[in-house]
Amino acid sequence: MTTNAIIQFAAYLIVLILITKPMGVFLANVFRGEWTFLTPIFGWIERLIYRMCGIDPNSEMKWTGYSTAMLIFSAVSGLILYGILRLQQYLPWNPQGFGAVAPDLSFGTAMSFTTNTNWQAYSGETTMSYFTQMAGLAFHNFASAAVGIAIAVAVVRGLIRSSVQTIGNFWVDLVRCTLYVLLPISVIATIVFVAAGMIQNLSPYVTLTTLEGAKQTIAMGPVASQEAIKILGTNGGGFFNANSAHPFENPTALTNFIQVVLIFSIGSGLTYMLGRMAKDQKQGWAIWGAMTFLFLAGLVTCYVAEQSGNPILSKLGIERTATDTQPGGNMEGKEVRYGITQSTLFATVTTDASCGAVNSMHESFTPIGGMVPLFNILLGEVIFGGVGAGLYGIIIFVILSVFIAGLMVGRTPEYLGKKIEYREVKLSMIALLSMAFCILGFTAWAVVYPTALKSLANQGPHGLSEILYAFASATGNNGSAFAGLNANTQFYNVTQGLAELVGRFFVIVPMLAVAGSMAKKNVVPASTGTFLTNTPLFSALLVMVILIVAGLTFFPALSLGPILEHLLMGAGKLF
Amino acid sequence: MMKTIVTSIVMTIVLTVLVGIIYPLAMTGIAQLVFPKQANGSLIVHDGKVIGSKLIGQQFGSEKFFRSRPSAAGSGYDAANSGATNLGPTSKALIDRITHDRDSLQKLYPELDSVLPADMLTTSGSGLDPDISVANAMMQAKVVARTNNLPLDTVTALVKHHIQGRDLGFLGEPRVNVLELNMDLLDHLKHP
Repeated sequence: MTTNAIIQFAAYLIVLILITKPMGVFLANVFRGEWTFLTPIFGWIERLIYRMCGIDPNSEMKWTGYSTAMLIFSAVSGLILYGILRLQQYLPWNPQGFGAVAPDLSFGTAMSFTTNTNWQAYSGETTMSYFTQMAGLAFHNFASAAVGIAIAVAVVRGLIRSSVQTIGNFWVDLVRCTLYVLLPISVIATIVFVAAGMIQNLSPYVTLTTLEGAKQTIAMGPVASQEAIKILGTNGGGFFNANSAHPFENPTALTNFIQVVLIFSIGSGLTYMLGRMAKDQKQGWAIWGAMTFLFLAGLVTCYVAEQSGNPILSKLGIERTATDTQPGGNMEGKEVRYGITQSTLFATVTTDASCGAVNSMHESFTPIGGMVPLFNILLGEVIFGGVGAGLYGIIIFVILSVFIAGLMVGRTPEYLGKKIEYREVKLSMIALLSMAFCILGFTAWAVVYPTALKSLANQGPHGLSEILYAFASATGNNGSAFAGLNANTQFYNVTQGLAELVGRFFVIVPMLAVAGSMAKKNVVPASTGTFLTNTPLFSALLVMVILIVAGLTFFPALSLGPILEHLLMGAGKLF
Repeated sequence: MMKTIVTSIVMTIVLTVLVGIIYPLAMTGIAQLVFPKQANGSLIVHDGKVIGSKLIGQQFGSEKFFRSRPSAAGSGYDAANSGATNLGPTSKALIDRITHDRDSLQKLYPELDSVLPADMLTTSGSGLDPDISVANAMMQAKVVARTNNLPLDTVTALVKHHIQGRDLGFLGEPRVNVLELNMDLLDHLKHP
């Protein structure tokens, strides 16, 4: 690694550590319903929304009621998005005069944004009006992020409460998250982004004559406001086709750095919130430690692979070694201003979290460099993870870890003083297996279905990676892609939409059920036989369980895709 | 059940108005007021005409100009259709393209070194990359000096003037904005 790369990565880690506590404390205050410094500004809006929607903020829900409200809200808001997409030609702020979005693409897009996936089978600048981008897509960037965080908070409540039936009020969590967390941070981020060069306007596209006399049309739009929530809410749906590689969506290395910080900020803060609510801060840090270890391992692997570059290209006389005046490495699909360092940092962060924004094209990464984002998604995106989704996702692995530790010592497993029993382990396994079944099942279908294979942009083992990445990304609600795959076909729009639903709700509902059943239990006092979950030993066990579970499930597929391609690239084989 | 549906509908509408309309419009207002240049695309006016954006790359085919990186956006630097090749590392199409581009560049410009900077032959993620690496610009300086009949020192000095360091001194990569460099070159030719 170059010294500069180490400095850039170290700076990122330091900033991440610094923001974790303030974010965690703030989140805990917001979701306990306490006074925050934003209450004077947003308190009246909060009360107004409750009144308009007929919500009693003091009533709480059982896990069934919480799930029902979440499911119906997702369904209704998803349908409204479908309507907006189909009717955009009649709606305002459409200076380019884009027509209705096709039905299958509208379905895929509505599912994708409702589930916080933001898989995009379209180019924003040639398909979506400004109204659709703002009121349709950006609304879901807020709503799906707030839903994810609400679920995580409800799961934490279930873990720390005892002998009660309820886990909170879905509507209150949704509204408080939007008003006190997502909106204020987005406002500040927007202003910083615009200052750095991101655009924010409602103008028609600008057509101009270039220095050489050619005509160039430059797409415009309200980009910065959308970018802020796209990143903060780990949504990842780009305003433009090129996403965060587009200079208007990410103008400098500094904005890139702010983006990667924002992607992890809430996920990292939520681990702190867990510790604070459980009144044992080490519980939060134990999970944070496991996440950070996996993050750094992936980052270094990805960086080394990309900086080493493609041996086939170096035979053609292309510089692979970084110097002070050029980045070297594998620059296909990467921007000069980010180089290898900021590109691999972004790729790792966006797939650890279920963000899915990209600032470089993962498809053009070297086989091992591209396997890191894919592997991060296959792990279930529990490395900080999507906002909320990362926390309730890692709780699945925590439950499995204490279960396995319990089996080893022959004692009933416990977490945060509660017994983990048959029901919780079963529900966790349902969540885990439905993801694996969905990813591998749809991939298997696609590779034997000739129509699905027509969408491939690359052949050989890379083609398998392309399809595996697509269904991993959809099921994991990530949204990044090996983007050569033409996913705007009936097959992919529909199967991707279904995979997104499975990946979102077959995890959320079982985890809310876990929360419900944990909330009912009594706290058992810790004894000498209790396996402690707030130690580095537990972090290590958690890492092992995550790697073994995902490794065993997906290793065969990975060995036929990226690993095989890596070996063939070394031998100079082309497809 | 019915009550939850009604609550969902009203909630969606209320939040859409708040975060889907009021928020982006308010941000647009503030941006237009405080940072009008950036908010409208950092457009560059040259001789009284808008000739491009500082942030969006342009295609340069003439031998007199510094070249941008190869682009996969539309037919090249189409800023209404951003995108990448998405070719994988073992793609024959990728290797063929790079081989072809390298051969034609080296034939056209004998002063190029035998080992070329990676960014000179690879396409960017957006297809709109406004920058090239410093090594790329320095290597092209020899070509540009010959094609414009300028002393190499003059052209090298121009390039050096346009080197942007890493952000805050350590973030990202040093780079040269091709459009700004070429504009400066053009001005220099007109008013030496």
